[in-house]
Amino acid sequence: MELNNSKSKRITWWQRNQVKISPWIFLAPGLIFFSIYVIAPIFVSIGISFYQWDGLSPSMYVGLQNYIELLDDEYFYISLWNNLKWLIFFMLAVPIGLGLAIFLNQIVFGIRLIKSLFFFPFVISQVVIGLIFTWFYQPNYGVIAPFLNLIGLEGFSILANENTATYGIIFAGLYPQIAYCLILYLTGLNNINPEQIEAGRMDGAKGFHLFWNIVLPQLRHATFLAVVVTVIGALRSFDMVAIMTQGGPYGYSNVLAYYMFEQALSEYGYRMGYGSAIATVLFTIMMFYILFFIYRMYRNEREDNN
Amino acid sequence: MKKVIISLIMMFGIISSTSFAGTLVINTDTSDAAPKEAFEYIIKKFEEENPDVTVKWNVFDHEGYKQSIRNFLNTDPPDVANWYAGNRMLPFVRAGLFEDVSDIWKDSGWVDGNLSENMEHAKKSMTIGGKQWGIPYTYYQWGVYYRKDLFTANGISVPTTWDDFVAACATLKAAGITPITIGSKYLWTTAGVFDYLNLRTNGYEFHMDLTLGKVPYTDPKVQAVFDKWDELVKPGYFLENHAALSWQEALTPMVNGEAAMYVMGNFAVAPLKEAGLRDSNLGFFQFPEITPGIPMAEEAPTDTVHIPSKAKNKTDAKRFLIFMSRADVQEEINKILGQLPINKNSKVKKGDPFLAAGLNMLNNAYAMAQFYDRDAPAQMASEGMKGFQEYMSNPDRRQKILERLEKVRQRVYK
Amino acid sequence: MFPTPIHQRPIVNQYIYKIFLPISLIIWLIPIFGILMTSIRGLGDITAGNMWGTPSEFLLFSNLHDVFTNTPMIKYTLNSFKVTIPTMLGAVALSCMTGFALANYKFRTNLIIFFIFIAGNFVPFQILMIPVRDLTFKIGLYNTITGLVLFHVAFQTGFCTLFMRNFIKALPQELIEAARMDGASEFRIFWKIILPLTRPAIAALCVLIFTFIWNDYFWATVLIQGDHAMPITAGLKSLNGQWITAYHLLSTGSIVAAIPPVIMFFLMQKHFIAGLTLGATKG
Repeated sequence: MELNNSKSKRITWWQRNQVKISPWIFLAPGLIFFSIYVIAPIFVSIGISFYQWDGLSPSMYVGLQNYIELLDDEYFYISLWNNLKWLIFFMLAVPIGLGLAIFLNQIVFGIRLIKSLFFFPFVISQVVIGLIFTWFYQPNYGVIAPFLNLIGLEGFSILANENTATYGIIFAGLYPQIAYCLILYLTGLNNINPEQIEAGRMDGAKGFHLFWNIVLPQLRHATFLAVVVTVIGALRSFDMVAIMTQGGPYGYSNVLAYYMFEQALSEYGYRMGYGSAIATVLFTIMMFYILFFIYRMYRNEREDNN
Repeated sequence: MKKVIISLIMMFGIISSTSFAGTLVINTDTSDAAPKEAFEYIIKKFEEENPDVTVKWNVFDHEGYKQSIRNFLNTDPPDVANWYAGNRMLPFVRAGLFEDVSDIWKDSGWVDGNLSENMEHAKKSMTIGGKQWGIPYTYYQWGVYYRKDLFTANGISVPTTWDDFVAACATLKAAGITPITIGSKYLWTTAGVFDYLNLRTNGYEFHMDLTLGKVPYTDPKVQAVFDKWDELVKPGYFLENHAALSWQEALTPMVNGEAAMYVMGNFAVAPLKEAGLRDSNLGFFQFPEITPGIPMAEEAPTDTVHIPSKAKNKTDAKRFLIFMSRADVQEEINKILGQLPINKNSKVKKGDPFLAAGLNMLNNAYAMAQFYDRDAPAQMASEGMKGFQEYMSNPDRRQKILERLEKVRQRVYK
Repeated sequence: MFPTPIHQRPIVNQYIYKIFLPISLIIWLIPIFGILMTSIRGLGDITAGNMWGTPSEFLLFSNLHDVFTNTPMIKYTLNSFKVTIPTMLGAVALSCMTGFALANYKFRTNLIIFFIFIAGNFVPFQILMIPVRDLTFKIGLYNTITGLVLFHVAFQTGFCTLFMRNFIKALPQELIEAARMDGASEFRIFWKIILPLTRPAIAALCVLIFTFIWNDYFWATVLIQGDHAMPITAGLKSLNGQWITAYHLLSTGSIVAAIPPVIMFFLMQKHFIAGLTLGATKG
């Protein structure tokens, strides 16, 4: 009797509390892992940025020194400027993706296969895309060399010229990014409310007017997502730079993501503190977009709950 | 809990180190064909001579090794690791990761007789703080490789003075041939040119002072080097588009007869010959004199073997280093590598005119530089080479570049 | 439907459209044709500058043979699978649980935790690089596949949680409430009710994670050094250094590296797109 009683008591305790405790049990493995590998390192990195450390000898606290040096570092400004170019020109992926989506949003024979063929550059590794385009740009032996010769630019090397290198890389980067935006917009178009379109047509809306006032507002979720992934992609532009130019010629196609790696981990680098300072700057820029994204999610959540 | 784990690890460490007694762990970066073959041979020979030792050999990717060594010296130290001479080993020596092997250099009781005597000329590049930190086993010369047939066709003889050299370039250029090919995509090739211009304009001592951070980059003597460089860059004597090409890609114009010279290390001979050039149309000459009367120092990067200070089997590691210093061993390694032995008693591979020329040049050299990225600390070297590449593409930015390098110098050598 | 369906347009427009469609496709795929064409060429064509003409020889198989026998390509490919598949399983398993917890329970820190997962997912890799590399060292997993997988699992959990949470949240709550009324334990609800319903989400996540991880280059260079554990992206990059002007081999190697995710994409296209665009319809 006694025993039975305590047992039932224990069960009721668990029953009473299981809804409170279970989420933490479900969350624990993922949250712990994520904290160790993602959350904590952010703070550790910010911490390292106040030190001078080569990864071998003991580290030395230097206060804001790394940041002061950054302000006087030409390559830092070149990288920052290139990041801005990336942000601006990478954005072309969004309207081009949208245009292609509208072009492909038809029902004709074979359209499904055609759409898939338009999508699939997105699943190819940036390393492969980078290698392909590097070879395309190769002076004399490259694929576009015959075309360059035609317009009198014989032997011109896009990736070795300080004025064109970054654009060459961005152009290559656009290839998979356009495919990505295309996927987002085609799905968006699929989910458009046909009645509104018809209503618009009844009211005499046509062409651009119809698109701008009725279609585009309905695509705003797709647009939002396309902008977010493109911004993140532009700021993360590491692979392409690493494969195509290593930041060259003489640092003119560098971006913060690669410059950080070069300073902290390449053959001649091992300036962990300075690298961390660059990473912290990059993180701060990215944080604006992250907060913007989260703010929107938060607003949606509130709408959902009301 | 932490203590328990640490003691467990230590116990495991002791067990594993005892069970591996007589095992010699060697890490090398010899992933390319010839160096790999050389080490295969040498390890086999060492094991034959020392039947009580089993060698465990880890080959690393040549490029990746530069990162890996920083890690394994601390976390998983082998007993022997290969590396480079000069300032390139400074970070490891400073961090206490390389073992002082001065006793090997001092002791004259080893099989091969007196090490210090046979390898005296290389001792300096192995010395930091008055102690020696490794054993060198191979080196190779730098200089100018050229197309003999193009020189003959244009009536050019091998230049020995700067004026002759510039005149040769002018003649070639006028004949529609690129005088000097170079591929600067990976930057370091530019340093070869800079080193020689500096060694010849200002001499070895000044070059060392500069790479050791004792002179500013804005010094008039450095300006003088760039004045000479201007004489080649401004008339367009270097290959156009060099920033787009790797050093190997820049060989192609030379093979095709579109370019005549290449300031390079001896490792360029093998691919040039593979691509079809022969001893009859490929030649080598010493980088010409610039300032008359300055003793001629040469660029001769040296490869070395070291004992990590955390190595488990230092006894056998020392045996291996002594073995690597022996004349007969160095002779064999370098036959396979196609390079020059350090030990003066080793014979050089016969019938190779490039090695013979190199040996002759280096034996008469006033001093030997290791190469800019080994003589200067890594951070200085990386900024320096970036600057050289930028200069070669935009010679009029010289002042800005030198001022930037000076800023870097003040930071790096602080 | 937008734009106006083409068959409601004048016949001329229909023809123009049908002509432009394949032309645009061909232009779009020029880079792909480029490598396909080059992978069947020999070195002769390449040094002769014959990039777009008919190949003088058909050497695809000899190139494939070269790539597979003279380089560690097979090893790299296997490594990529060894990294990708465990990561896929690990991240999906963890995020089913976190997603369920965040979608199904109301507690004060719920949204904060959810936003932490989202924010972490967008963080630049560089801010994690040095500490993650150090940590991997300290636990003795540097230069091992396990070390790389552990990080990938942790990082991908961020994205997968976002995905799973939204998916589970959209499921009908009545099912869960009814089960609770019947006295089912929370674990039983998760295992018997939620998991079977999330199958499409799991499939979509698997395809996405497979593609992301297969194509990862950054972490492979940061956490791996030797051939023994190097995945194919990093391997291809290092081979690029050896091949120099051997574009035919480079192209063949690139195709080998691209095939697994491309197959995955064509087989699982529906799930793939559903996964990518989950947020496009909502969020």
